[in-house]
Amino acid sequence: MKAFSELIVKLGSSTKTNEKLEALSHYFATAEDADKVWVIALFSGRRPKRVISSSFLQLWCLEISGLPAWLFEECYHTAGDLAETIALVLPERTTALSNAGLAVIIAQLSALETQDENAKKDFIISTWLQMDKDERFVFNKLLTGNFRIGVSQKMIVNALAKTVNLEPNIIAHRISGNWDPFTTSFNDLLSDQLSAIDYSKPYPFYLAYALDGDISDIGKEEDWQAEWKWDGIRGQLIKRNEEIFVWSRGEELMTEKFPEYDALRSLLPEGLVLDGEIIPSVDKKPLPFALLQTRIGRKNVTKKNLQEAPIAFFAYDVLEYNGIDYRDQPLDQRRIVLEDVVASVDHPVLLTSPVIHFSSWQHLSHIRDGSRDMGAEGIMLKRRSSTYQVGRKVGDWWKWKIDPLVIDAVMVYAQKGHGRRSNLYTDYTFAVKDGDRLVTFTKAYSGLTDKEFAQVDAFVKRNSLEKFGPVRTVKPELVFEIAFEGIAASSRHKSGVALRFPRINRWRQDKKPDEINTLSDLKKMLDTYGKT
Amino acid sequence: MQLIEFTESGLYCRQGDFYIDPWQPVDKAIITHAHSDHARFGSRHYLCHHFTAPLLKLRLGDDISVQSLEWNEEITINHVKVSLHPAGHIIGSSQIRVSFGDDTWVVSGDYKVEDDGISGAFEPVRCNTFISESTFGLPIYKWKKQEVIYESIRQWITESHQSGKTPVIIAYSLGKAQRVLQCISTITDNIFAHGAIWNTQQALLAAGRDLPAIKRVTPETPKQAFKNSVIIAPPSADGTPWMKKFSPYSVGVCSGWMQVRGNVRRRNADAGFALSDHADWDGLLSAVKATGAEKVFVTHGFQSAFSRYLNENGILSAEVKTAYGGEEEEQEKPSTTTEQENEINTAEA
Repeated sequence: MKAFSELIVKLGSSTKTNEKLEALSHYFATAEDADKVWVIALFSGRRPKRVISSSFLQLWCLEISGLPAWLFEECYHTAGDLAETIALVLPERTTALSNAGLAVIIAQLSALETQDENAKKDFIISTWLQMDKDERFVFNKLLTGNFRIGVSQKMIVNALAKTVNLEPNIIAHRISGNWDPFTTSFNDLLSDQLSAIDYSKPYPFYLAYALDGDISDIGKEEDWQAEWKWDGIRGQLIKRNEEIFVWSRGEELMTEKFPEYDALRSLLPEGLVLDGEIIPSVDKKPLPFALLQTRIGRKNVTKKNLQEAPIAFFAYDVLEYNGIDYRDQPLDQRRIVLEDVVASVDHPVLLTSPVIHFSSWQHLSHIRDGSRDMGAEGIMLKRRSSTYQVGRKVGDWWKWKIDPLVIDAVMVYAQKGHGRRSNLYTDYTFAVKDGDRLVTFTKAYSGLTDKEFAQVDAFVKRNSLEKFGPVRTVKPELVFEIAFEGIAASSRHKSGVALRFPRINRWRQDKKPDEINTLSDLKKMLDTYGKT
Repeated sequence: MQLIEFTESGLYCRQGDFYIDPWQPVDKAIITHAHSDHARFGSRHYLCHHFTAPLLKLRLGDDISVQSLEWNEEITINHVKVSLHPAGHIIGSSQIRVSFGDDTWVVSGDYKVEDDGISGAFEPVRCNTFISESTFGLPIYKWKKQEVIYESIRQWITESHQSGKTPVIIAYSLGKAQRVLQCISTITDNIFAHGAIWNTQQALLAAGRDLPAIKRVTPETPKQAFKNSVIIAPPSADGTPWMKKFSPYSVGVCSGWMQVRGNVRRRNADAGFALSDHADWDGLLSAVKATGAEKVFVTHGFQSAFSRYLNENGILSAEVKTAYGGEEEEQEKPSTTTEQENEINTAEA
């Protein structure tokens, strides 16, 4: 565990990609194979099953630290991370440092699943007391299942490529998909020959950068294919071995969440991988994303869900056809195959995402202005000659989004942030006017610079009413412009609306609280943009 | 009537007609230590410890009227007995004991309980009422022993040199910088300092303190001189163009706030060392208990939490709002503290 916690500390504190890469390479060159497999698993979003709830961890931590619960809460809001708070407030280590490695600890945790609460408690407490602060932090992270430490999949892949003699593309493909770190050895995962066939394995996604400059800078119109940029879940639809698999971009296997696609099992040809967007849709038209959210969080999708939020797959690329990797073919060629496949299947849940025909960049810009009416958030531009690449790359694919909707609002509540915003009020709730009242309608966490956050933090500390607990009610004085991508009716929110991707666009220091927008302004936006 | 009142101008002893660390100009000011949020400009007479006097002059001007005392030397002002006792925060830092009749109050100023070998060992003083700071008054703040932190700083310096980088240590010019110097002088004598730290060093040397030699970073210092050296700079210099000449460099921040990972990341530091001149949670509790005080007023920091905890544990306590906090306490904020402005002004022009 020592080596792993040192790695986490290094990754967490280094500010340069090169240093992180070096730390990872060093780890992969020196650590035990079994531990390496778990590091790859953890950093690519695979976690051991949670065997203990975080409320038990808190309870046991209070018991051995002797702190009152309210004080632990204060600590948590200041440190901004539960695993770290527990690591910090626990009493000093009393026994010798444990030298159990990462894989051993995870196996021990996994064995606890069938044990009773007392056995779990004994194990956790005795393990805590054999660890120093950094190890405890990492151990708690394993328990609470949340490893976000600024390491991209790409970085893992590059570090592994330095250690084992394989192309980064191949590594990216190997470590994606459906493998179990409990049963997979490092050699099985990364050896030259693939041992077992994993039929579900998706390809790494090719991602686009946002287009910032002038559209004509990217070149001539005839070199580019334009499509709508949908607001759904990016996914791969796979048919292999007579089975259907659906993967999200976050590498989550989501097949069971979309029983609709099962109808395609007998229709799709064997050895096919499509890239596209999972979108709620009726009569080939996309419906707002908010509808998808009503079923996405559920463990079991009900009949009612299926009726109220039916989904379709809007395919825009083919990565494998007849069992052959097509990613090196130019987009033009892949598009022909794609249209062919979709036409021959002829089923309402599988559609091609249409190509937009345009005569000039100016014309396309005009079409883009109508994105919201199409249920899209802008336009995708793809070079006709481009291959399907791995990860986010500049040059061949661009997303050209429409400007967000904006509204001026006043901050009414503030809460301390997490991670690098610990002990700083950075999470705000905003309100619009409704006559003399203020009505809250959204939270937003991003969009200010560090300096602006520090200024707002100072304001909150001077102008808040409560002393304890996480949320501060502040004087409604600071006005911000809130940007968002979409708006939908919501019965769960007081304001009656729910926003999509709300964030702070800028701080309107030139505006007073009585100059903010009103609830009826929001309702008007809902009428214009929020109807299905 | 309370022996010490909390007024608009600061902590006031009406019977003695003097203030302690006032934030408005007053007639008589007793100063706990020379940090700018405690020692402010404009009062007619200052009283402080011998070691603090030259620092006050450095910061507030040569022409101020200062009287200084030895620790445990008692004087009487309008029948009120006043004495200073080591607070262990920085050089010269003192707790102020104020006694009238059978009522004794102690104002802690800023303090730490671990003896750093420079500031004088914190001395618990028995009293009826204790006024305590609470900068790090949460149980997530628990410091390692000084020598353990020193060792990790020295190790980081060695690693930086090995990877071809010049280590730049960020430390407050008064207090932390002298500890860093004490830490690293055991492994190197090739130490450069920012002008603000150099100025403080000169004042301390002039007052007869013995300190390891440092070289001042000037616009004329050739770039290659910094190779294999260690740079000490104040927080105000972090991230400014002044740092460019040390390239390639690696930044290590020394501050109690570095205890929490998020703060290290926010500071964009390559390394964070939780080296503080303030008492940690256990330090605050032990100091409060050692005074035997029946009542504790809690000032700047996590005063709500610390005060509530004391109340729940049988020590009568209340919060007091002060204008303190601005040295290490507020260093998370990028601007606004007068200390940082001072340091920019006194930096090499």
